[in-house]
This record gives sequence, C-alpha cells and structure tokens, in this order.
Amino acid sequence: MSTPPPPKRQWSWRSQAFRGLVYQILAIVGLAIAVGYLMSNTFANMRARGIQSGFDFFLQPAGFGIGESLIEFDSSQNYLVAYLVGLSNTLRVALVGLVLATFLGTLIGIGRLTQNTLVKTLCASYVEITRNIPLLLQLFMWYFAMTELLPPIESPLRPLEGVFFSKNGLQYPLPVWEPGHWGTLIGLCVGIGTWKFWSRHVTQNFEATGLTKPSFLPGLGLFIVCGVIGWLAGGFPSELDIPEITEINVVGGGSVTPEYLTLLVGLTVYTSGYIAEVVRAGIQSVSFGQHEAALALGLKRTQELRLIQLPQAMRVIIPPLTSQYLNLIKNSSLAVAVGYPDLVSISSTALNQTGRAIECIALVMMIYLSLSLLTSALMNIYNRRVRIKDR
Amino acid sequence: MANTGYQQHFEPIAARQPPVNETGLMAWIQRGFFDGPVNSLLTVLFVAMLVWAIPPIFNWTIWYAIPNADNAACRAAHGLGACWGVVAEKGRLILFGRYPFEEQWRPLVASAAVVVLLVVSCLKTFWRPALVGAWVAVYAFFFALMLGGFAGLTPVETARWGGLPLTLLLASVSLVVAFPLAILLALGRQSNLPAIRTLCVIFVEFVRGVPLISVLFMASFILPLFMPQGTKIDVLVRVLVGMTLFTAAYLAEVIRGGLQALPKGQVEAAHSLGMTYWQIQRMIVLPQALRLVVPAIVNTFIGAFKDTSLVTIVSLYDLTGAVQLALGDADWRKFFIEGQLFVAGIYFIACFAMSRYSQWLESHLNTGTRRQ
Amino acid sequence: MKSIRKLIQRPLLATAALALLGSLATPAFAGKTIDAIKARGTLNCGVNPSLPGFSAADSQGVWAGLDVDVCRAVAATLLSDPLKVKYTPLNAAQRFAVLQAGEIDILSRNTTWTLNRDASLGLHFTGTTYYDGQGFMVPKKSKITSATKLKGATVCVQSGTTTEKNLNDYSKVMKLNMKPVVFDTQEATNKAYFSGRCQAYTTDASGLASVRNKEATNPDDHLILPELISKEPLGPSVRRGDDEFFAIVKWVAYVLIEAEEYGITQANVDQMKSSSTDPVVMRILGTSEDTGKLLGLDKEWAYRAIKAVGNYGEMFERNVGPKSTLKLPRGLNNQWNKGGLMYAPPVR
Repeated sequence: MSTPPPPKRQWSWRSQAFRGLVYQILAIVGLAIAVGYLMSNTFANMRARGIQSGFDFFLQPAGFGIGESLIEFDSSQNYLVAYLVGLSNTLRVALVGLVLATFLGTLIGIGRLTQNTLVKTLCASYVEITRNIPLLLQLFMWYFAMTELLPPIESPLRPLEGVFFSKNGLQYPLPVWEPGHWGTLIGLCVGIGTWKFWSRHVTQNFEATGLTKPSFLPGLGLFIVCGVIGWLAGGFPSELDIPEITEINVVGGGSVTPEYLTLLVGLTVYTSGYIAEVVRAGIQSVSFGQHEAALALGLKRTQELRLIQLPQAMRVIIPPLTSQYLNLIKNSSLAVAVGYPDLVSISSTALNQTGRAIECIALVMMIYLSLSLLTSALMNIYNRRVRIKDR
Repeated sequence: MANTGYQQHFEPIAARQPPVNETGLMAWIQRGFFDGPVNSLLTVLFVAMLVWAIPPIFNWTIWYAIPNADNAACRAAHGLGACWGVVAEKGRLILFGRYPFEEQWRPLVASAAVVVLLVVSCLKTFWRPALVGAWVAVYAFFFALMLGGFAGLTPVETARWGGLPLTLLLASVSLVVAFPLAILLALGRQSNLPAIRTLCVIFVEFVRGVPLISVLFMASFILPLFMPQGTKIDVLVRVLVGMTLFTAAYLAEVIRGGLQALPKGQVEAAHSLGMTYWQIQRMIVLPQALRLVVPAIVNTFIGAFKDTSLVTIVSLYDLTGAVQLALGDADWRKFFIEGQLFVAGIYFIACFAMSRYSQWLESHLNTGTRRQ
Repeated sequence: MKSIRKLIQRPLLATAALALLGSLATPAFAGKTIDAIKARGTLNCGVNPSLPGFSAADSQGVWAGLDVDVCRAVAATLLSDPLKVKYTPLNAAQRFAVLQAGEIDILSRNTTWTLNRDASLGLHFTGTTYYDGQGFMVPKKSKITSATKLKGATVCVQSGTTTEKNLNDYSKVMKLNMKPVVFDTQEATNKAYFSGRCQAYTTDASGLASVRNKEATNPDDHLILPELISKEPLGPSVRRGDDEFFAIVKWVAYVLIEAEEYGITQANVDQMKSSSTDPVVMRILGTSEDTGKLLGLDKEWAYRAIKAVGNYGEMFERNVGPKSTLKLPRGLNNQWNKGGLMYAPPVR
C-alpha cells in the first residue's frame, strides 16, 4: 500500500495551523509596533530634554573611589573597570553566602526533622523568624548591631597579634603574593588530584572486599600535605602584609568591612531559612519505607542521611534550591542600602554622575541576567545527573 | 476429636504496666530530649544557651523597658531597657508615613477596610461571585478615601502616602493586576506556537533574572521617557507597574507548575469533545491547575508583601522607609532598634498568619500528596 | 446573536482597559513653563527633605530655608503669592530626573553648579545663591585638626553628589588614600558617622554645619576642619528650552542681591517704593520704569519678591547667618563691595 499523500496546507481560517500562523504574525507585528512606539517616544523625550545617549561614556575616567575591592581601583580608570570591581564585590559576597547558606540551611533543615523537641522547636522558630521578616529590615538591624556594638576605631580589639577588630571591620595579616606561591598553588591542585585518587581507592576497596576505610580525613590530610610540599618547593615565601596602627587608623593587611559582614550574615541567615525548608521537603519526599529499611539494617541516623535520604532527596531539592541561589544573588543587590559597593551601588553612582539612566541600568540588568542564566545552567547540569531517568 | 480431656483454663493475668519510659511525662522528656548521647548533649548545650540569653533579653524587652514616650527616662534607661516609648511617640509616623497629621484617620480606615477584605477573602464561606464585586468596591473606596478631593476631604497626593496603607496597596494591587497577565504568560509558555512561546519565555526569564531593585530603578527613571512627550505618570503608578511586571513573571512560573501537573488526558479528552482552545483553558485546565497552586500563590503574595520594603530605595516611604524617616529625629535616633523591632513585628505577624493560612489551604483543598 | 455579542465584547473590554490605563497618565502642558505654572496656580519646587538652613519642614509642614526663600520669591513674582508653592522633597539621586521629567519647575536643593550638570543633563543653572566649599567634620576626641592628617581615614559620604568625586580628587592630590563608605540616603550617612563607623564626614561646609546642629547629640563634640577642598557654588536650576522662565528665575535672584546693595529691606520696601528718589531704587521697585515688561511680567515684580522674602542679606541672616542656628559667617557670600562674591548685574 502506498502511503497517503501528505495533507495539503489549507489557507483557510478553519485550519488550526493557519490560525496559529496568523496569531503569531499578529503578535510579532503588535510587539514590534509597541516597541517602536516606545523607542520613538524615548528618543523624542531625550532630544527634548537635551539628554545625550550612547555607550561611549563608559570609557571615560570614573572619577570616584571605591571603598573596598579585590582589585586595586583608581579613580582614573574608566567606568567599565568600576563596573568590573562592582561585579567582583557582588561575587565575593554572593559566592561565600551561597556556600554558608547551603551549609547552615541543610543543618537547620535536618534539625527540623530530629526527634529532639528542643532542637526541633528552635530550628522551626529560626525558619519562621527569618522567612517572615523582609531582608532589607534584617540588613538594617544587622548593620545597626555592627556599627553600635563593635569597638571604636581608635581602640580596636586585638585578639591575636596583627588581627584588629573594630568598627572598621576585621583586619588581618594577608600573605603577599610572590612567585614562590605558584608552587603552593600547583601543590594544592596536585592535592585535589590525590584526594580524588584516595576516594576512588576507598570506593573500589569497598566494592571488592566490603571493608570501609576512612575517606574524608585522610583525603583532606593529603590535600594539605601536597600544598605544604608545594609551598616548601616554592622557597617557602612567608611575607605577610600586617595591618599596623597609623595616627588615626589601622592600615594594611586584608580586611573584612562591617558592610561586607552585614551583607554576608544577613543574606546567609535569610536564605538559610528558605533552604532549610527546601531540604526538609526533600528529605520528607523520600518514601517512609526507605527509613524503615534503614532502621532494619541498623544504620545510624547520620549514615542513613548521608547514604540513603540525601542522595534521593537531591532530585527534589535541586530545582527549588536553584531558585534560592538565584534569589541570593539577586538579593545581594540590596547592598546599596548598607553602604557596600556592589554592582548596583556603583551603577547608581555612575548614573548620578553621568545622568545616563538607560545605559547604566541596562548594563546592570545584562550582567545580572548573565549571572542568573549561568547559575541556572550549572544547576541544571547537576540536576540532570540526579534526576530520575525516565525509561 | 472432641474437646474432652484437654481443658484449657485461660486465666487472663492482669496486664503489666508498660515500661516507665514509654508513656507519661518522663517518657516524653526522655524521648524528646535525652534520646541518646548526641541528643542529650545538644539539649544540654541549647538549654545552657537559652539560660544565658533569655534573662537579659527579658530584662531589656519587658522588665526595665519604658512604655511611655518619655525621652529623658528613655535616655536614662538606654542600654538597660528598651524604649518602647519610641513607638508611642513615632508610631503614627511609622504607620502612616508623611500623610498629613490631621487626616490620618483616613489611611487608618482605608487600611482597616483592606485588611478586613483580605481576611474575608480567606474564608471559604465567602467564595462566591459577589466577592469580586466586594474587591472592586473596597479598592475604589480605598483610593477615594486616600486621594480625597471631594465631600470636604482635602486632597492628598500619592507622593505623601506611606507606611502600612502603602505596603498593603502595593502588595495587593500588584498581585491582583499581575494575575491575569501571569495566566496569559503561563499559557503562552505552554503554547504550540513557537513565536508566542519564545516571547513569553524571554519575558519571564528576563524579569526573573534581574533583581527587583533594578526593575524599580528602571520603572522610576526610564518609564517617564517611554511616555509621549508631555504626559506625566504618578510616582506610585510607576512603582506599581514595576512591581506588577515582576510579580507577573514569578506567578507565571507558579501557574506553569500547576499546568504541568495536570494529566495530559484531560486536554486530550476535551479535544475529542471538540472544545476550542479557550474553552478548554477556561472550563477544564485553569480551574484544576489554579486549585493545585493556590498555596504557592499565597506564598508569592507573602513574597510580594515583603518585597514592598524595597520601594524605600526609590523614595516611597512604606513601613521600612517610614521607620528610617521617623528615627532621623536626633532626639530619638538612639532608639532605632526598638522602632525596627516594632516594624519587624508587624511584618512577622502578617507574614506568619499568611503562611499558616497557606498551610491550612493546602490541607483543606486536598491538593498535596500525603507524605509521612 | 450570541457570537456577535462575543465579537464585540472582547474588543470593548480591551478598549476600556486601554482607556483606564491612559487616564492614569495625566497630560501636562509641555514647553511653556510659565503658562503651566499660571494655569496650575502653584510653583512646583524641588527641595532637600531636611537640611535646616536651606530647606526643612517643621512639624506643621511649613517649609523654611534659603532654597525655600528663592522659590517663594519666584512664586511672589509670578503668582503674586509667596505661599503658592508646592515643595517636593528629593534625594540626591532623583533630583535631576524629576526636573527633567517636568514634575517640578525649579530645583532649589543646594545643588552645585558644574559643567557636567549644566551641559549634559538638560538643565540650566540660573546663578549662585550660596558660594560654598566641601569640608570635613571629625569628632573632637580624635584630635585631628587638619584635613591633611586624614591619612587612610574612613570617610562617610552620600552617593549621587559631587562630594564623592571631590573627596577622591583631594585624596589623590594630598596622597591620603582615604577610604569612602558610600550610602544612598543622607539619613544612613549621618547615622553611620554618628555611630562611629567612619572617622570623618564630608559634604559642603554649610551642610556640615546643618547636620552637626541637627543630628549630633552634642554639637560641640564635633569639629569642622578648616580646609575647603573644592568650590561648590550652590544655585537653583530649571529645565532647558524655556528661556523666559530661565530669565525670570535668574533675575529674581539677582534683584534680591541688588536690593541689599541699595539698602532695600523687607521692612522699608513700601516706604522706599512710595518716597525714594534714588533713580536705581525707583527703577528696581517699578516707580520710574517698567523693567518687568521685558521679562514678561508687570512693573512690580521686584517689589513683590523683596516684600515676600526680604533682600539677600536678610535671607542669609534669617536662615544660615550668625543669628540663625547654623551661625555661618557671610564670608564669600557678602556683597562685592564688602569683600564677598555677590555681584548682581544691574537691573536696568
């Protein structure tokens, strides 16, 4: 039997495909008209008000200083470099915050499931309190605590030699970068390799003989030993930049300002409440029979969590966890309210100095969009590994 | 064989008492607090922490606190006791922002009306079509009362609205207006038409990928440029537009989750009955999908309620901004933390109530699968 | 029937929605600012939310200050009533955008006149009403007496102002490596300084005096350092494209300065108007010539302005001068023939 001829495309309203095509064309044309209208209004308004446009001003010297940055920023560098410094500040607080919030959130989420009534109640209250108060208010309260309760700049706390703790933040000795440190870095990379090698050896040993060997601590030990060997091989560079007291201030070394600490602590506490709920929902989604089977096998609670519940819970945890990570990155934009020079704060300064609202805000939005897409993509890769494979 | 020689005397013996640590108070204490060495250690640790922390907190909050607006007494007790007099003194400024002092009964009445409406909408007995009419009426009343300009009420411009009424207004209006938009976006993402699907995906991903602050900045600075020359848009309207677009994107994702949870068979059956696309959505898909995600929608409302605190950054004085404004006064600036705790308390009560309601809804609507 | 109804229903709903949306954008008159002000009946004036001496509202909501007086004088000239002004408090970030958008007519908010602002933001500065400079304030107990000693200091500064740039320039030139801590609102900046987070506070010297007076628990605990690190000519600004309104605002400010030069005060202006024989005074007050006609006003324009707020000297004394709470000296703001920079072009 020959196959029936393919259906002819019908150009009448009764055909669903045709209707679909018409709707799409209408939608695109309508959108184009709307966008064109808005654009023409914008240009007319800008011309009438004498506002200039264009992205070339980004290459002009910024003219303002930035209070804290990973890279040395001088006001003669252009606005793009200032944005880069802002981005580095955002990443500095966001990445550390992500790690701490995940850690704290997981602990509290597990704490909500324990039998210990006291721990359970405390964890539940923590989650309720942090989730029901707006982040901005929490940041203001933490900043107030930092600036009021820390010792004054003239008389800092000195818990250790070279470590100063005051309203200026925490200042500590920082190793100075020397070529010998390349040896340390290479040693650490080799250390990661040996750690993986040891873990693989332990797993293979277990599968072959059924005997367990300690995995984490020896691996960590190997990592540190390789790093130390690398450091020694590099000529053991040990110069430190120690903060010292000048006439009115403490200068030098590395520092962690109260603004950074406020933002970090605020973001961590706030997001950990949400992550705790996500982890709890994930663990509770693992069917009860698994728990009973673990009890029957005589597994300890920690082993049960680590080997049975958390791995299965991951596929339920990862999607909402991704959105919590994205929320944390976006919430770091509140830094402008506590005086931390993150990306939004620097773009706000640039906006005020140049008056170019559209360009500055557009660049900030593009950068945040890229960060969000990157984080989603990375988490999706991990998600694909843990999700249930449909058969 | 008949039951002859074998006599079984079944003499029931008295039931033994259960072991001491299975029932009763001791059992509850042991199981709850001292079940195993780790738990016991944790209990001891946390009890020690509470014993160390609670008495000073109690002293500061209640015992030595000054409840009335006495600046001298407050300063004398500074550090020792909380100055709740700040709330008494600046409470009206915090709750109503820069609204003219004599007219502050108007935002009070308007907020009360909106709160009553929200509470009433939560109760199942009131879920009937007349509720929509009630919403329209109460919001018209709210705007009329706050704006004034008739029946002897002095006109008050929107730039002076602040505090609690502004927070309620921003959260509820942005959610209500975002709702139809979010449904359209969610349906668009599911659509078979590639152009519409792409447009909806781009919009939702773009808005979800940027922080709310930049959306508010954009609405505040750039929206006036989009309008034809000479038209002015109210500050409040600009912020509402920004928040509505933002909420719509998040709601669209929530609704999409509900749409995806619906079995495909429903739509296929509807197709076989010959229903059109919009008939299917209206009569079959949306009623079920929305029921599934009502708790998530309430969570989005809680999020929007908290996000209204960000409008401080574009100089609208909602609750969070009003407390900054009120405590700029040099006399009362020291007692900043009491003011913030007051506002935090308001947010906490409101959001906690809403999250409890969301949990009740979830169990009541029978929408979650049973978990153990 | 039903299908026709449905055919009309949806577009009708759409039109209604669009109309509702359109009604939210109220049309305002574009272009001619003076016509708009007269039609509206009030002058829209953008001011600082709270800078005592320049613009601050008391608990009844009555505004007072040097910048406020400028707006009142313009309202007296245009609308014959100095009270017909609507004051919009603006933070540093929004002030230019709000003026550009047309929500205010005049920005009288201790704003520094710079090239960047005059040329690229679509506005015009009408003149200088206060010659100021940027300075530093430190707590007395830090024992710093000169800005040159601020090596490595943390300095609280508000974002969106010329202050950041000037601080940076000064720090580079004097090799002080100061660390700015930038906040977006004045309240946050004040709070951070007074809680001890920063070792110094920097803004215009007049702002320092105002903040010290208003916010410090004990104003004498804080010292304003003597160095002025920049020139900050503060003045009102209007939108570009309306030369008539620009001329009016400019000349109202100048006539107030000239009034002080010729001894016309708020108290004696009536008497001077009726009985003075000095030709300059007669010209200013409209007795002999009608200078207002050239500006599009009537001949009593200057008389109304002076009657409303007094001459420049009185404005200064009342708001920021030695008799006010700020106690700032006349200094550069004195008349040109008394050693200052206030030189009004002649009203003729």
